[in-house]
Amino acid sequence: MLDRMHILICGGAECKESNSVELRDLFKSEIERLNLGDDIQTALTGCFGLCALGPHVLIYPEETLYSGVKLEDVREIVEQHIAKGKPVDRLLFKGEFDRKKFRNRSELTFFAKQTRIALRNCGVINPLDVNEYIARHGYEALGKVLTTMTPEETVQVMLDSGLRGRGGGGFPTGRKWQFCANSVSDKKYVICNADEGDPGAFMDRAVLEGDPHSVLEAMTINGYAIGADTGYIYIRAEYPLAVQRLELAIGEARELGMLGKNIFDSGFDFNIELRLGAGAFVCGEETALIASIEGERGMPRNKPPYPAVKGLFGKPTNVNNVETYANIPVVYLKGADWFKSIGTEKSSGTKVFALGGKIANTGLLEVPMGTTLREVIYEIGGGIPNKREFKAAQTGGPSGGCITAESLDTPIDFDNLIALGSMMGSGGMIVMDEDNCMVDVARFYLEFTVEESCGKCTPCREGTKRMLDILNRICEGEGTMEDLDVLESLGKMIKDSSLCGLGQTAPNPVLSTLKHFRKEYEAHVIDKVCPAGVCSNLTKYVVLDNCIGCTKCARNCPVGAIEGKVKEKHFIDLDLCIRCGACKTACPVNAISTKPESWGAM
Amino acid sequence: MILLNEILSKYPKEQEYLIEILLEYQTSKKNHYISSEDVASISKYLGVPESQVCSVISFYSLLSMKPKGKYVIQVCHDVPCFVNDSTSIYDKLVEILEINDGETTKDNLFTLEITECLGRCNEAPAMRVNNLVYVSLTPAKVEKIINDLRGEKK
Repeated sequence: MLDRMHILICGGAECKESNSVELRDLFKSEIERLNLGDDIQTALTGCFGLCALGPHVLIYPEETLYSGVKLEDVREIVEQHIAKGKPVDRLLFKGEFDRKKFRNRSELTFFAKQTRIALRNCGVINPLDVNEYIARHGYEALGKVLTTMTPEETVQVMLDSGLRGRGGGGFPTGRKWQFCANSVSDKKYVICNADEGDPGAFMDRAVLEGDPHSVLEAMTINGYAIGADTGYIYIRAEYPLAVQRLELAIGEARELGMLGKNIFDSGFDFNIELRLGAGAFVCGEETALIASIEGERGMPRNKPPYPAVKGLFGKPTNVNNVETYANIPVVYLKGADWFKSIGTEKSSGTKVFALGGKIANTGLLEVPMGTTLREVIYEIGGGIPNKREFKAAQTGGPSGGCITAESLDTPIDFDNLIALGSMMGSGGMIVMDEDNCMVDVARFYLEFTVEESCGKCTPCREGTKRMLDILNRICEGEGTMEDLDVLESLGKMIKDSSLCGLGQTAPNPVLSTLKHFRKEYEAHVIDKVCPAGVCSNLTKYVVLDNCIGCTKCARNCPVGAIEGKVKEKHFIDLDLCIRCGACKTACPVNAISTKPESWGAM
Repeated sequence: MILLNEILSKYPKEQEYLIEILLEYQTSKKNHYISSEDVASISKYLGVPESQVCSVISFYSLLSMKPKGKYVIQVCHDVPCFVNDSTSIYDKLVEILEINDGETTKDNLFTLEITECLGRCNEAPAMRVNNLVYVSLTPAKVEKIINDLRGEKK
């Protein structure tokens, strides 16, 4: 029986915590109460994107999108929309900018500008039901590959598609498969790298929570292409919901014969097991990941030999990341030429970005390669909130660098980002405005690498520590001009001599901010001023003229450095001030500033 | 409480299951740690030297040989959370729990830790308490969470 209506409730982790399960149950009971028929389906789906405005409810066939739905709104939606076909105006999703209300999901700029391949099913199907995946052409690609193609042809399609690894490096997936297929061995392995750890990136989690079968299907195709019968998914223990949904999906796939022996009567056997990561960022590096699956400390080793020759348990192994796999079934369904027609010449297809930081629409988006940063930030992302100026976007997390306003119109692809001194990385994109200090940001990323360096090779273990020492000095106001040169030469040396990708890219945030924001470094070193008003030793707290004299700041100051009468402007005694920022947090009218331009007002 | 032997018997005697065993056992234990006696039993079962087991535990940040509180609180301190003021969340926890990073409260109820990205950047700041992640935190929200957890004990 066909369902007349579908009510999809975002069951992504964010919305789930704001009670999407209760929402679903309430929809069900309301529909029963009004006796509206059993051809109305309710389901929890994967993440819709636009997480800041959740929880979302999407109603088919009209594709009406409601946002910020509360339990008490359910009755109204059911009585008005479901029973009488009248959408509930006040709950319709509103645009961030013009507050225009949108009836239809595809009308939104946020969705209209996107091309969703990897995220095609996220927020559209119920991830807990394999039949919904199958209804959206799920496992058709696997059937086509196993019944009509040879392993060689399967590898050839991947080569022709030009798909490049979405986990960071951008190595052509087809070539990886070809190397592994050419290795002769009695046993081979396929590994899905789901050890997503880049600060700011969460697309792999979204795919695994919203569309787990796409990854299982792609891994099975991968196994057939290279001659492997066993696959592992290495996933962070920090993603409990994704682990749970994967376990369920593997069970369903086994029951239907999409995993196990003699899949589609082709004589091909394939099984997938889960392995949990125990909290080490470096395990995202493929040789470290392999060591971790073997039950060892997750430390990388020298390459060659590459995993395609000598990988897991010494056997040829192919490692791809979650987003790469999520693209693969579609490549086989629609063909390599179709895939190549999307994106740019050297980077085909789309890329998922996790947009965060100072941006109106935070969340996941998927755009064709070659889309410009301006389109991503201003059109899809809705621009910078509070009328602030765009300063930079950090891509590639702790391995990447920043892109400045001058490069807003550069088409984003693997090679252009490297040319700009950044990298695609896994696709985290953090937008900064004038309130962010670039030296502080670089220091933050470096703190991450120092913490996560496995300690095996000296340049990474010692070098990043020394760079961090220098940055700490600069932020405290004790830096010298010589320090800037040392940062640069040390950074280049670490890049050249580290063992694995973690060390080779660790200096990028520092080198790229040094290149684009050298003036800001110099202000810290020469003028002993932090222009963004972030580094506490290099800033002054000043009361502005819009002070209303409410005395809140004086009452909150832990050292009694603020004086002033009720309803009169207050003053901060800078000799007593310890720059804790308590006054700034307490002020109801934003009358306390740390910006150098306000210092004259003292 | 689940006995270590029950967990061990589920796994083949291969080193590749070491991390799985450690994670599962540690999660099942009230104070979330692997004792030296546990190390000895696991080492004997898998046929892996004790030194090797200890070396694996010390490498991974989720594994510990030190007893922890009933609730392990991990505050994300990466850039997306940081720019959304995760510092105020951490400071609030330090204030109400009266412990610092890596320490456990005297009543063995809470352990406070700073962790790397929890993948919840779009709803920063975030923190994890055992297997549950809390997002879009404010100092007031944190206070309520802690009070609720304290209440649960009674």
